[in-house]
Amino acid sequence: MASITARRNQEKIAESLYKDTHFAKQEVISLLEMYETLTKVKNDKMDRTKFRDILYNNFGLTEDILMDRVFRVFDEDNDGILNMKEWVVGLSKFLKGTKQEQMDYCFKVFDINGSGYISREGIHHMLKDCMVKSSTEEDAEENVKELVEIAMKKMDTDRDGRVSQTDFKAAVTLDGLLLEVFGKCLPGKEEVDKFSQKLSCN
Amino acid sequence: MGATISSHTQGTSVSEHGKGKLEFTPQNEVLLNDIVKQVESLVSSHPREAEAILKEPFKWHSTLKPDSFGELNFGSLGYQMTHSDVKSQAKSPNGEHLLSMDKDGEDFIMKVWTFEQISNVLKAAGEGKCLEAQACLEENQDPMVNVMGAAYASVSSSDRRLLKAHEDLSKARADSSENLEEMETRFSLLLLISDMDQQLLVSSHNTIAKKVRLNPSAVQADYELLKSFAGEEGKCLEYIEWTLDHQFSNGCHAPPWQQVHGDISYLDVKPFDTDKLTITANTAGYFLNKGLTQEGQVNFERDGDVYPTLVALLKAKSPQFASAIDKKEFAYYGSSEVKQDKSDRIDESLKEDDAYGSAGEEAADGVEAKNQQNAATKTKASKATQKKKATKGGKSLESSPRWKNINIEFGADLVGEDDKKDQQKDKSTSDKKPPSRHSKSREAGKTTRVSVRSQMKGDIEEDFSESSSESEEEEESQDRRQESNADLPSEYWQIQKLVKYLKSGNQTATIIALCAMRDFNLQQETCQLAIRDVGGLEVLINLLETDEIKCKIGSLKILREISRNSLIRKAIADLGGLQTMVKLLLGYNEELKCLAAETIAHVAKFRRARRTVRQYGGIRKLVSLLDCGTLVNASDLEADVARCGALALWSCSKSTKNKQAIRKAGGIPLLARLLKSSNEAMLIPVVGTLQECASEASYRLAIRTEGMIEDLVRNLKSENQELQMHCASAIFKCAEDDDTRDLVRKYGGLDPLVSLSFNVENKELLAAATGAIWKCSISRENVTRFQELKAIEQLVSLLNEQPEEVLINVVGALGECAQIPANRTTIRKAGGIPSLVNLLTSTNQALLVNVTNAVGACATEPDNMVIIDRLDGVRLLWSLLKSNNPKVQSSAAWAICPCIENAKDAGEMVRSFVGGLELIVSLLKSSDREVLASVCAAIANIAKDEENLAVITDHGVVPMLAKLATTTDDRLRQYLAESIARCCTWGNNRVSFGQAGAVPPLVNYLKSKNPDVHRATARALHQLSRDPDNCISMHNSGVVKNLLAMVGSSDEVLQEAAAGCLGNIRKLALANEKARYN
Repeated sequence: MASITARRNQEKIAESLYKDTHFAKQEVISLLEMYETLTKVKNDKMDRTKFRDILYNNFGLTEDILMDRVFRVFDEDNDGILNMKEWVVGLSKFLKGTKQEQMDYCFKVFDINGSGYISREGIHHMLKDCMVKSSTEEDAEENVKELVEIAMKKMDTDRDGRVSQTDFKAAVTLDGLLLEVFGKCLPGKEEVDKFSQKLSCN
Repeated sequence: MGATISSHTQGTSVSEHGKGKLEFTPQNEVLLNDIVKQVESLVSSHPREAEAILKEPFKWHSTLKPDSFGELNFGSLGYQMTHSDVKSQAKSPNGEHLLSMDKDGEDFIMKVWTFEQISNVLKAAGEGKCLEAQACLEENQDPMVNVMGAAYASVSSSDRRLLKAHEDLSKARADSSENLEEMETRFSLLLLISDMDQQLLVSSHNTIAKKVRLNPSAVQADYELLKSFAGEEGKCLEYIEWTLDHQFSNGCHAPPWQQVHGDISYLDVKPFDTDKLTITANTAGYFLNKGLTQEGQVNFERDGDVYPTLVALLKAKSPQFASAIDKKEFAYYGSSEVKQDKSDRIDESLKEDDAYGSAGEEAADGVEAKNQQNAATKTKASKATQKKKATKGGKSLESSPRWKNINIEFGADLVGEDDKKDQQKDKSTSDKKPPSRHSKSREAGKTTRVSVRSQMKGDIEEDFSESSSESEEEEESQDRRQESNADLPSEYWQIQKLVKYLKSGNQTATIIALCAMRDFNLQQETCQLAIRDVGGLEVLINLLETDEIKCKIGSLKILREISRNSLIRKAIADLGGLQTMVKLLLGYNEELKCLAAETIAHVAKFRRARRTVRQYGGIRKLVSLLDCGTLVNASDLEADVARCGALALWSCSKSTKNKQAIRKAGGIPLLARLLKSSNEAMLIPVVGTLQECASEASYRLAIRTEGMIEDLVRNLKSENQELQMHCASAIFKCAEDDDTRDLVRKYGGLDPLVSLSFNVENKELLAAATGAIWKCSISRENVTRFQELKAIEQLVSLLNEQPEEVLINVVGALGECAQIPANRTTIRKAGGIPSLVNLLTSTNQALLVNVTNAVGACATEPDNMVIIDRLDGVRLLWSLLKSNNPKVQSSAAWAICPCIENAKDAGEMVRSFVGGLELIVSLLKSSDREVLASVCAAIANIAKDEENLAVITDHGVVPMLAKLATTTDDRLRQYLAESIARCCTWGNNRVSFGQAGAVPPLVNYLKSKNPDVHRATARALHQLSRDPDNCISMHNSGVVKNLLAMVGSSDEVLQEAAAGCLGNIRKLALANEKARYN
């Protein structure tokens, strides 16, 4: 009886949600079921740790800083927990976002302190582990600093020392490769395909 | 051996000196050494045969002195020596000394009866072995005569000496004659020598075969040989250098665009007595070029004659070189000597120094030096030496028929004179030499010399290979040096930094670096080379093998830009970048495919890269990119993939094998589909590929059958000149075929072609358009349309001041148009005749073929002929008969025919060309059928004038024509028969034709299927039948039946000639019968 109610409930939510996303209704239902399954075990909340596991296992994201930022972006109400709506809407952009949505999303991810700008310090923070083969630590530090400057030069189109959303969009429109300029925060095509397949199978 | 030597020397020394001497070439040197070794081994391996007494002794003017035999004087080898002679103690049964050496004036004459003794002489000669062998061979041209007696002299190559010897032997056996044993030994000696000759012949045949045309290694060898002489004070050469140092992988030094013309390398040679010579080594031989121009460019134009060897050229240019090189000796490098290292060599030479003074010094200075000094001290060594050396080796062993012929050719007088000179030289030399030198220094000298030589050879080779491999590195290091010395642009350092991030950063850093790198101007060479020099290419190519699509895209975007530079292209290919990119063509990312294909299009601009693409299956993959479904439905991205695929195929289609590969991969229908596109960016690579591939017949057929002509014609009307150009040149190549030409007309292609020919600014377009007009005008219907379009006037206006590529096509088109009488007048009225005649002085072979053709066509109009005659065009045509290109020769001869027909007073005109008639008759020796046919046609016209006919008869035209009679080529038969018919009218030519056996083959012509042949043949037979003997041989060949059939022909000329011939035969028969019954 309970499960039937739950299912009806799900369908109702799905009905209301799917129009705001790039998913079909059935896919939304699958996503909701997935959400149920994930939250049934251990505790009942989709929190940061659990979400990071999902990002790592399903979408090949690896960097802690960025994964945390992705969670923040998903978690629109900032309560530290993803509810069903946040889960579905977030994944919609994450998996099937338009160019525009992806740019917005990436900018939000890279805007570490949520100030509406990507600061030089923020970039430095994101890039600090970039140099994997540097000989010494000092060397690495020096290299990162230079890399930050190079990145700033590319991204800060208005030369005000910080990357605004306009700057970011201008740079990315010019060169699509710059979308994930400060680190991988979107799934690759293969991972998207795999995940979509999972959804349609359910 | 003799055969070997003579065959080689005939072409060289003989033609150059006119004396029967051996020239100083590396090959003769090798040959002599082989011969010496063979003789020496003969003695040890076949002692019995070696002791056989020869029928005649070998006699020659030796360079040795009696003292030389001192050291051999032991055991049975005893020699009695005096100052003036040497006698062996061993004697023949007849009491002759087996070896004797007598003073003859200043010289010594050596007389030897056995091979054993010859080998002893060689031993005594020590390092002079080659010299002795040469002397012996030169004076005993046919060793077989010496061995077996004069009966065995080979007078012609058909003589079977071995067979004869064997028969004699068998006969002797049957008769159990007394000297059976002697004969048996001699016979086996003969077999041995034959065997030896064959070996030598095979080995030198191999070398000679390689030499028929000059090749890079031959040039290299010549260069090395002369290089080793260069720099010696006052001797041969001051220096010899490559003009262009860089050596290409195929061994050539000439740049690839010159290699196309057959150029191999360029040499700067400075003899002591003339200015620096700049020489081109071409596959055809060596010749002088015009040297460096003021801009530092080499002007490769030929200046002067072509010589078969570098030495011959230098001899002709520098008298001092000629005399110096003639003094060179062949150095002997034997088999048994062990190569010694340098220190040994020096030690030894030092010892020699002490012991023998100046003589020793010579040895120390290395072979070449030694040779030279020897030459200086012993004056005799010069010409005599070379010749003798070679000769000796060859002769003492056996002679060849050709060798003998040389002697005959040059005449005894000459040889005799030479010998005398040599003798004198010999004598003076021997006087000067320290007497003991030969015997004592022999061993030491020999080894030294050998080691020095081999070492030197080694050194040269080493130096050379180093320098050649270096030269490429040098290029790079030069680049680099420029970079580091000149103020390095700041880009260099920035790029270096970015490459560092590519190398040591993670994906994020890599992408930032890649994006940043594209902010540089990658079109600029400094940036391109900077990326290469800091090792960026390796990293970029490695990135292509990762799984990160973004990295691959970023990397390819850079590679695509910088691969416009040829150095980068090479580097990418060297680093295996093509293989990786070919793999990327199969990915699922469209953008990646586009980029990879585009980059391949850039890289595959040179042959090796194109081959690599093919070998890694790239063609098939590229062809699969072309398949974007129906064009209308294809997305922009898909169409772009197809476009990039076509771009890459365009680059690849420059090699023949790739063309085939594209066809096999099913590329043609896909290209046909893309050709329907209206996008210029798509059409250019597609048409470009088709145009490139249309050089293959299979493509031409496919282009027609797949209906591509229509699209090509449609695109001729495009606005884009590049597209127009490719379309026109595709039509140019395809219109070899009748149906294609008709299709071009049907689709209205002629009009745009003519209007394109008004575009005189864009020469490439003009060349393509006029080319298409040329080929299209082969169809008469097309010419009619061209007439309507006033194309001929336009073509005539293009005859002036256009590049040769355009001229060839324009003139070709005029030649075709002029096949129609009305157009000949048009050309004249448009003022084309003077321009055409003027072009007869061009040097471009393809142009000459077309010009002669056009002039010939115009000359069929008497009014035109007046102009041609006034401009002396016939003389120009006639002088083109001297061309060495058979196509030019034949088309000139064809053009001459209408000229003679239509010129006023043609006979007088022809006679006025000094040597002209002799020249044209001599062309009957050509091996090219078209030349023969055209010359026969011209001779038929010339023979219309009785006086001229008399002259050509004197030049032997009759036997030459008769010799050609056995041909099976119908075209040649027709004109040959015609010329025979004409030539019969003079003197007793018809009798001569009969005697030369021309009649039976002519009768055979009647069985041909070609009515033109019948007509000409019947006329010839009619003429010939006026001689009774000819009638008999015609009758015997069964002419009557064929002629009877031809009397019934509808061709009146044929009828009449056949009937006339039959009449003559019948008359003879009647007369015969009458004679019998009366």
